Amino acid sequence: MSVNLSTRQVGDVSVLDVTGRITLGEEGSGKLRKALQDLLKEGKKKILLNLGEVSYIDSSGIGELVSGFTTVTNSGGMLKLLNLNKRVKDLLQITKLYTVFDVHEDEAAAIRSFT
Amino acid sequence: MAENSKAAPEAVERYLDSTLESVDNAEELAVGVAQRAGLSEEDLMKIGLAVRESMVNAVMHGNRYSSEKKVRVSVASSPEKFTVQIADEGDGFSFDSVPDPLAPENLMRTSGRGIFLIRSFMDDFQMRHLESGGTEVTLVKNLVSK
Repeated sequence: MSVNLSTRQVGDVSVLDVTGRITLGEEGSGKLRKALQDLLKEGKKKILLNLGEVSYIDSSGIGELVSGFTTVTNSGGMLKLLNLNKRVKDLLQITKLYTVFDVHEDEAAAIRSFT
Repeated sequence: MAENSKAAPEAVERYLDSTLESVDNAEELAVGVAQRAGLSEEDLMKIGLAVRESMVNAVMHGNRYSSEKKVRVSVASSPEKFTVQIADEGDGFSFDSVPDPLAPENLMRTSGRGIFLIRSFMDDFQMRHLESGGTEVTLVKNLVSK
C-alpha cells in the first residue's frame, strides 16, 4: 500500500493530509517530497502535515520528514506535524527527532500556532 | 522479549530479486512466520520494519539493484526465538563506518537511521562479511514460552 496525499487550505495554512505508508520509493516517500515541493513552488510556506492516518513509516519516510522540514525552513516557511499516532511518535522519539518538530494534537490550535 | 504461543517451528528460505518489490515480499514473508509463531501486533510491526530496513540495505546499498544479484532471505521460528537472516551479494562495507544517527551533527541527516532502527526493534542484531562476498545480517527476537 502506498501513500495518499491531499491538500486543503485553512486560511493561509496548507494542511497536507497523509494516509497510508510512507516508505522508500516513488509511491511512498517520493510522493511526500513532491507534494511539499509543489506547495513551496506555489508560494505556500505554512505547511501542516496531518499524519493521523499514516499506518507505517520507515527510515526513508523519517528522512523525508527531516528533508521537508529543512527545505521548508530554509525557504523561510514553517512545517509542523499534526496527529501523530503512537507508532510514528515512538519512531520520532527514539530517533530524537520528536523535539525537533513542532508537534500538535489539535488542528485548530496547530493552525493558530502559525500566526 | 516477546510472548509466544506453542506454535510449530517453521523455516523458510527465498532468493529474491534486487528490487523494492522484494522489500515488500520479504516483509510479508517474515511477518507471516512471526504471526504464526504467535508474536504480538507490536512485535510484528517491529519485525516488519527491521526486515524492511535490512532489505533496503541489501537491495540498494549491497546489490545496488543489480538484476544479476539476489538477496537470500531465511526466516525461522522455534519455541525460543524468531530469526531472520538477509544476505546480499554486494561488495560489503565497513561496519565501523556507520555514523551514529543520534549524534547532534547527524540528527538532521536525511538518511542513516536504518541500522539504528533495526537494533532498536530487535533483541539481537549481527552483521558479518560472507566469504563469498556480500554481507549477511541476522535479526533475532527472543520468545518466552508460556
